[in-house]
Amino acid sequence: MALDAPANPVVEFTLDGRAAAAAPGQLLIDACEQAGTYIPRFCYHPRMRSVGMCRMCLVEVDTGRGPALQPACMLSVSAGMIVETASPPVVKAQDGVLEFLLLNHPLDCPVCDKGGECPLQDQTMAFGPGESRFVEEKRHFAKPIPISDLVFLDRERCILCDRCTRFADEVAGEALIGFQNRGSHTQVNTFPDQPFDSYFSGNTVQICPVGALTARPYRFKARPWDLSETISTYPNAVGDRISVHASRNRILRIQGVDSDAVNWGWLSDRDRFSFEAVHSPERLTEPMGRSEDGELTPLSTSAALGAAAAALRAALDAHGPQSVALLGGAGLCAEDQYAWAKLAKGVLATDNVDACMGDGLAGETICALPRATIADACRPGGVVLLLSGDLREEFGTLYLRLRRSLMDGDAALLELTPLETSLSSLAACSLRVRPGDAARVVEALLETPRGERFAGIETKELAAASALLSERPLTVLLGRTSQAESAEAAERAAILLARAFPQAKFLPLLRRGAAVGALEMGLAPRLLPGRTTLAAAGDWYRRFWGAAPAEPGLDAAGILRAAVEGKIKVLILLGADPATDFPDRRLVEAALASVSTIIALDAFPTASSRRAHVLLPTATFGEREGTHVNVEGRATAVTRQVTPPAGVRVDWQVAAELADLLGFDLGLSSPRQIWEEAVRLSPLHAGVTWDGVRADLDGVLMPAAAPDAAAQDEAAKGEAPAELAGEAPADAVAAAASLPPSLRLADLELPEAPATPFDGYSFRLVADRTLYDKGTIVSHSPSLAGKAVPARLRLNPSDFERLAVGKDALVSVTSSSGAITVSAAPDERVPPAAAALALNTGGADPRDLISSEEPICEVRIVSSEL
Amino acid sequence: MPRLSTKNEKLAMEIIGRYPRPRSALIPLLHLAQAQDGFVSESAMGHIAELLNTTPSEVLSTCSFYEMFKRSKVGTYQVNVCRGISCFLLGGEELAERAAARLGIFLGGTTPDGAVTLDAVECVAACSEAPCLQVNYRYFNRVDGETLDSLLDDLIGGARSDLPRHGVLSRLPQIIPRESAAGSSPPENTGPPSWWVNRSEDGSL
Amino acid sequence: MSELESRSPAAASSVVEPSDLIVTRRRHQSGGHTLEGYLASGGYEGLRLALERPPAAVQEEIKAASLLGRGGAGFPAGVKWGFCPPNVWPRYLVVNGDESEPGTYKDRLLMETDPHQLIEGCLIAAYAVGAAQCFLYVRGEMALAQERLAAALNESYEAGFLGRDICGSDFCLDIVLQPGAGAYIVGEETALIESLEGRRGMPRLKPPYFPAAVGLYGQPTIVNNVETLSNLPWIVCRGAEAFAAKGAPPSSGTRVFTVSGHVRTPGVFEVPFGVTTFREIIFDDHYAGGMRADYPLKAFIPGGASAPWFFEEHLDLPLDKAKVDDAGSMLGSGAIVVMDETTDVPRACHNLVRFFARESCGKCTPCREGTTWLEQVLERLLAGRGRPTDLDLLTDICDNISPGLSWPPKMTTICPLGPSAVSPIASALDRFRHEFEAYLPERSRRPSSLTAVAG
Repeated sequence: MALDAPANPVVEFTLDGRAAAAAPGQLLIDACEQAGTYIPRFCYHPRMRSVGMCRMCLVEVDTGRGPALQPACMLSVSAGMIVETASPPVVKAQDGVLEFLLLNHPLDCPVCDKGGECPLQDQTMAFGPGESRFVEEKRHFAKPIPISDLVFLDRERCILCDRCTRFADEVAGEALIGFQNRGSHTQVNTFPDQPFDSYFSGNTVQICPVGALTARPYRFKARPWDLSETISTYPNAVGDRISVHASRNRILRIQGVDSDAVNWGWLSDRDRFSFEAVHSPERLTEPMGRSEDGELTPLSTSAALGAAAAALRAALDAHGPQSVALLGGAGLCAEDQYAWAKLAKGVLATDNVDACMGDGLAGETICALPRATIADACRPGGVVLLLSGDLREEFGTLYLRLRRSLMDGDAALLELTPLETSLSSLAACSLRVRPGDAARVVEALLETPRGERFAGIETKELAAASALLSERPLTVLLGRTSQAESAEAAERAAILLARAFPQAKFLPLLRRGAAVGALEMGLAPRLLPGRTTLAAAGDWYRRFWGAAPAEPGLDAAGILRAAVEGKIKVLILLGADPATDFPDRRLVEAALASVSTIIALDAFPTASSRRAHVLLPTATFGEREGTHVNVEGRATAVTRQVTPPAGVRVDWQVAAELADLLGFDLGLSSPRQIWEEAVRLSPLHAGVTWDGVRADLDGVLMPAAAPDAAAQDEAAKGEAPAELAGEAPADAVAAAASLPPSLRLADLELPEAPATPFDGYSFRLVADRTLYDKGTIVSHSPSLAGKAVPARLRLNPSDFERLAVGKDALVSVTSSSGAITVSAAPDERVPPAAAALALNTGGADPRDLISSEEPICEVRIVSSEL
Repeated sequence: MPRLSTKNEKLAMEIIGRYPRPRSALIPLLHLAQAQDGFVSESAMGHIAELLNTTPSEVLSTCSFYEMFKRSKVGTYQVNVCRGISCFLLGGEELAERAAARLGIFLGGTTPDGAVTLDAVECVAACSEAPCLQVNYRYFNRVDGETLDSLLDDLIGGARSDLPRHGVLSRLPQIIPRESAAGSSPPENTGPPSWWVNRSEDGSL
Repeated sequence: MSELESRSPAAASSVVEPSDLIVTRRRHQSGGHTLEGYLASGGYEGLRLALERPPAAVQEEIKAASLLGRGGAGFPAGVKWGFCPPNVWPRYLVVNGDESEPGTYKDRLLMETDPHQLIEGCLIAAYAVGAAQCFLYVRGEMALAQERLAAALNESYEAGFLGRDICGSDFCLDIVLQPGAGAYIVGEETALIESLEGRRGMPRLKPPYFPAAVGLYGQPTIVNNVETLSNLPWIVCRGAEAFAAKGAPPSSGTRVFTVSGHVRTPGVFEVPFGVTTFREIIFDDHYAGGMRADYPLKAFIPGGASAPWFFEEHLDLPLDKAKVDDAGSMLGSGAIVVMDETTDVPRACHNLVRFFARESCGKCTPCREGTTWLEQVLERLLAGRGRPTDLDLLTDICDNISPGLSWPPKMTTICPLGPSAVSPIASALDRFRHEFEAYLPERSRRPSSLTAVAG
């Protein structure tokens, strides 16, 4: 017992004459704030290295050698430390620093965007002198200069706190802005003609303590006191916590909120500035249907709903539930997802439902693998295995968090990726895995292969990777490295790892919005809400919903194939754009042409929604309330800031109304009530209350502390049946003794690894993603739309010689299912014999080469120039 | 705009190899660029960033901190008149003014023929030799008005070919012969030097 | 007439016999800077002797010698070496040859005239502390010093005094010559380390107070001044006792002082440490020879531009660290700048403040903004546009950089550069306030009568 450390060791110190306590190693500035004494600061930022430069946080500290002025941001609290934060020397020093900072600061607060929320202004108002003693000429610089497409810099306002430059270097790893010159001539700037083109530049605007950095989309748009603000969640896979600022029914800006568990206050620029799309003139605001000549023409909402219901009824009557399919729902709130799962599976009784567009992983696999958190991935002493694309392109804030952890030497990274990633230079071991070979390489890691090379990788490199895997806590970042290979290899690799390392945890990296949350709400074949299956929970839900699918359904690829075969009559697109997102263009085109009725719910015109027979405009980000579930299974609040245009409906309402028209009462009346129903029925959501999710900035991680069996029984017997029985027979309700089990690892079957013999003459295609593509949201945000990158086939520089083509030459690329012409660019990050092409750039697209029947996509490349 | 020449790039790689971390070679490489071109061009900074695996912005940030690096063309002769306290007491500032008048330029300016750039600079460590000045970092001690005038005339007239042109500091490079080099010692070498181990065991440590 | 030897400080004779000198004894030896000349006068004997002993014994010897750092702070070198945490490797040795303190010209002299002595000192220090590599940082503007050191280093590699298997032993060391590029602040040891890492030469935050704990690349690093290291060969050859006997321990050995300004024979003089007085070094014919044209002494700076000024009454203080500290200033880098009666004190003050303002790195607010503001106010005052409130304003700006204007200075800054700018103002305003007032325009100097009428 004597060896046990106290549970919560505290360091006791004296703060302004009273006793205070700090955590061991805690910085004085934080400890004081926690104890209720705010020490003014400009350069200190809790998510970055302290630099002690602005000197505003000077306080008197006595550690036994008499009081001395010390920056509170640089000093850890030590036991017995005596701290004075308001003694005459402290006040004098802080007043002095404030005066120094104001010497050269322009008096342009009235026209400064920061006015009203400016720490320098606030400090000056509170403590500053009435008038300046500075009669000299102020320092002058050319007024705001653009340092990127999105950010302006006013060097006269800058107080050289090093926050933006530290962020660029230390957090984003892109040292594109820095201090230049020296002393009082110091300025922040970019290298000439090399703008601050960072995916994360907007964060510097947010953390600037003065108005030196401003973001183009917000400049001169509003004064802080005119804005209403709510805390919400950005609907991306990480579930970044944000605050949304709006005025007069318009969103004017988004800022990151510092959630310790999630995004630490950071945001990618795409997410930060994408609110512009909400107010795009291109928004769909009127329900539409097909006129007799086949044109999409406006309808009343009731007419559009009626047409949709009629199509569904006809299909159900004539062809049965299997003739109806639903794609999408990944971008919605959990409540919308639940409502649509209930409508599809509990009313329409079809299991042909998939939130993923053939670009994810099997829902069962994701639900059954032990789930990791972001913190697990970043924890000191852990190993992170990356089986996914470049995090920087798709999971911005996760990238920043993991990068920080790697920079600090906390976690060690092992990459099994087809291309080098933005983290490769920080990886303990980075192996290039040929598309399709992930499972074989993992097997090799687990078995110690013989010979010199295995799957193109040197055995000694495999041994080094293998050594990393043993003994340390393992977190697997599991996603799709490329859309040009089937998911089986990654799924097999994951299951092998899970079996070999019982402590391993998995973070499923499905990029689209709340895709993981959608699977957990049952928007996938064979799944029902709560990481449970049709087989295990079909009866349970049938009792409460009244029906459940009689047989397992199809995934997105299956649905599209069935459609081509004429088996799908009605296809519901829930904010989904398979025509753009499904990796096999030929298949999706044929399928959409074969379906009798496409019912699309969407906020924007897309390649798919333009082909709908019935089009129902729906609410988007900022217009709906509910709950977001991120890749960790973390539930956080989504709040409504603006009223959607007339004619626009929230997705769950459409589900309820359609059910009504089909003669069923879905029993759903509000997001809160929907969430509460899900909580009562789902084994995953049990105990996670609506209010609980909203009580904490970090939300609630599901499953929350496992409710004991008795409580589960209570929940099942007591509350749920009485009001949720619906049409279920009473005896069935009574028989519902307990919640169905969630999926476990043991439930998973190991998929076979597809054979992918290596052909030395062809290239393996890697279809990856880039942050700025022709995606709907980017395209509809004017500040971002121009940033989309053109299509370029990236090849290893050495392959140009082999192919006898010049750099930037046009090449024709042919696969078994198609051909494209595209310009080729050398890229060191692509290994030899691989060819990388980003999806959805608006130019040549890998989807023209990919066949969903093939495990990998082999291509031949020849010069198409004479 | 010039990058480092092939010969200088080779030299740069050798210099980089002397340091435990490539970034430490940044200042020597900037001197190399300045010796090549007489100033540090943007292209050279970009090239150095490539060699050191950092960004041009980082290179510029360091480069612009140091007085000696000129980022645009200066005269063949950079004349720095010292105005440190010791030279100030013995007429250093007047000397600088006299030079400006003689050359017909302001302090910080360059003569139209590109021969001389004139600056007044902080103490150059020849205090007992005040007032003093440097031409391309070569000292001229206890300079009086007349010697100043004739020196400036010589510089303008091209009569001081004994002075290397601006950018060249040491005319003799350090050479660490590969065969006798002990080698750089990066922080990853976490053990003491072998000689330390040998000598501390049989010694008294 | 360019270059070193043209009109070198040789002009001044010395009362100290050449045999009494330690670091400057080869200064006038023809070819003393070459390996041949160095070996002919006992060069590399200290290294040979050191290599015969365990490193710890060499370290002990230096500690016993009480070799106070000659860069400015005067911290005992042997004690500093002892701050290396045990079992943290590698360790580095960094030579601070970035001599830039106004008034100081001694390290350059040692590098130019006796580069091998410095190299031998580096070898001994590296051996004593277990350094894996040595970096010799020479001020950028000192082209000749760089040439002489490059030549000497090349000779030493050739002759087996550097690199692998030094002197046929197992001892190995590379010394890398690193030129600076013009920044006074790089003389501050943590700024020097930043510069050596290829960054802006901005001082690091303290604690940690000594780079011996966390230095170059985060590793234990010993930073020693050129003169400090140049003493090592002699100490190893002659022993700590002989060294101590030269001076007045703990101000042991000799020290090299630069005397400049309004004296007859300005020069660089190596004298017994702690023995010679300011009066002797300024007035003695063997040294600076007294005041120029016999003008009376007005003030002198005892230890470089950063030091508070001394006056007539301080002349009989010995050049001893502790005694000068106690008298409210410092010996600093050994730079004695003498000002006679003709000196315009506000202008001299402006000159010094301008220096610090120009050399401020800009990292922390009080130094970046405060020193520049001081310069601006003084400039305005000298231009005849002063205000009566300016003198108090100057004092208050100083107070916000260095609270209380005490000595040794308290600081709101990261490093002592900002407070250094305060020293001349505090000294000058205290003693010569009337000279500043004389710069105020007529109108503003006149008392309240005008305002009374106007009111």
